Amino acid sequence: MTERTYKVYAIGNGTVIDHIPTPLALKVVRLLGLGSEGILTIGIGFTSKRLPGGKDIVKIENRALSKSETDMIALIAPEATINIIAGDRVVEKRRISLPDRVSGILRCPNPNCATNMLGATTVFDLVDAAGPVYRCHFCERTTRVEADLLVSQARI
Amino acid sequence: MEAFRGRSIISLRDMTVEDLRRIVRTASTVRSGDAGMFLAGRTIAVMFFEPSTRTRLSFESAVLKSGGQVFGFANPSSSSQSKGESFADTIRTITGYCDAMVIRHPVEGAARLASELASVPVINAGDGANQHPTQTFLDLFTIHEEFGSLDGLKIGLMGDLKYGRTVHSLALAMARFGAELTFISPHVLRMPDAYKEELAAAGTKFSEVQQPEEAGTGLDVLYVTRIQRERFGDPQEYESVAHCYRVTAETVASLGGRVRILHPLPRVDEIAEEVDQLPNAIYFRQAHNGVATRQALLGLVTGGLS
Repeated sequence: MTERTYKVYAIGNGTVIDHIPTPLALKVVRLLGLGSEGILTIGIGFTSKRLPGGKDIVKIENRALSKSETDMIALIAPEATINIIAGDRVVEKRRISLPDRVSGILRCPNPNCATNMLGATTVFDLVDAAGPVYRCHFCERTTRVEADLLVSQARI
Repeated sequence: MEAFRGRSIISLRDMTVEDLRRIVRTASTVRSGDAGMFLAGRTIAVMFFEPSTRTRLSFESAVLKSGGQVFGFANPSSSSQSKGESFADTIRTITGYCDAMVIRHPVEGAARLASELASVPVINAGDGANQHPTQTFLDLFTIHEEFGSLDGLKIGLMGDLKYGRTVHSLALAMARFGAELTFISPHVLRMPDAYKEELAAAGTKFSEVQQPEEAGTGLDVLYVTRIQRERFGDPQEYESVAHCYRVTAETVASLGGRVRILHPLPRVDEIAEEVDQLPNAIYFRQAHNGVATRQALLGLVTGGLS
């Protein structure tokens, strides 16, 4: 079979999230609450020199994500890279870093926490980037971030 | 150092070493009788969403001794929560009735949430298994009263180190003053790894033993805690450790004779009554110190003391 080009089209304006470890693309989309505001292209399982297990790509047309939005991706895919596209050109190559504080994104696994018992919106502060480990602002317990602790922001 | 006036007191994690020294200094001033009626004209709400006799009465005593007015409830059945009102609405309402509020609640983080909803300072009087900062302040005040300093002491913590929030808080607080810690507990009730990692990261020296006699003769303080039956899901596990300690006059002698014995009370049988008569036993004075410490704290956060 002949070599084929990627079937993910270039976008003229928007955000490209590359180097997402397979198969986390859909989790990234849910984390960012994308899906009902224009064209979203999701590619899963591309080969990658940097990621031996394969990489996923998400392209969001006509929307440049903010730094605080793209930093959320580091919670589950710290290897991901961001390109902001405008006028068919890459205008910003962005590295992502773990946010010091996240609100409304993670669920506290402690059933007796005020976020689960009294309706407080979750707030977590970064304790250790390895893991990563965050501390609940309310019950003060530390927790390692796992994908099942992410509260979906998605409206799809 | 952050000013205390208007500030909520929720967790030891929010406190600097200088904050802790300031509370201890202020409690000493209150104890000396020089502080006067600094809560006169101020009204304090004492809201206990779970029962606690000792802490509630010592807060109420602290308000009254400082010339303030106190109101509140001793359990949630006498609050509007029993009619289905949310915790948030209760706080948003009561904040308009008082100059500060004291809250105990079984849910972890409840006091933090209250402090973010209230327009007056909130003092955490215990939130589930999380924090009980005023217990730690009174422990620090008591230790300071005994030694004239908090720095560089050797502290033994004994009993339920797994579930006991008082020992967790005291260990972290004393570590900030350069203490060397000895943890004394049966294997199943050891200090949790998360706390040991936090202490190790801060450079604190600590060791673990199973019996007080293994702690040597160098301890300045032996802090004893009750093994709490209610924390055990398995009654057999409770019975296996329930009566494994009893501090006697002989134990005190084996620790070198100059050790001070503290206990957050209530005790069951972990300290023999014969120890009460020894000069080493300071747990009842420790309990009484709760009043001066809470007076100091209320004075600082309401601006009655500066």
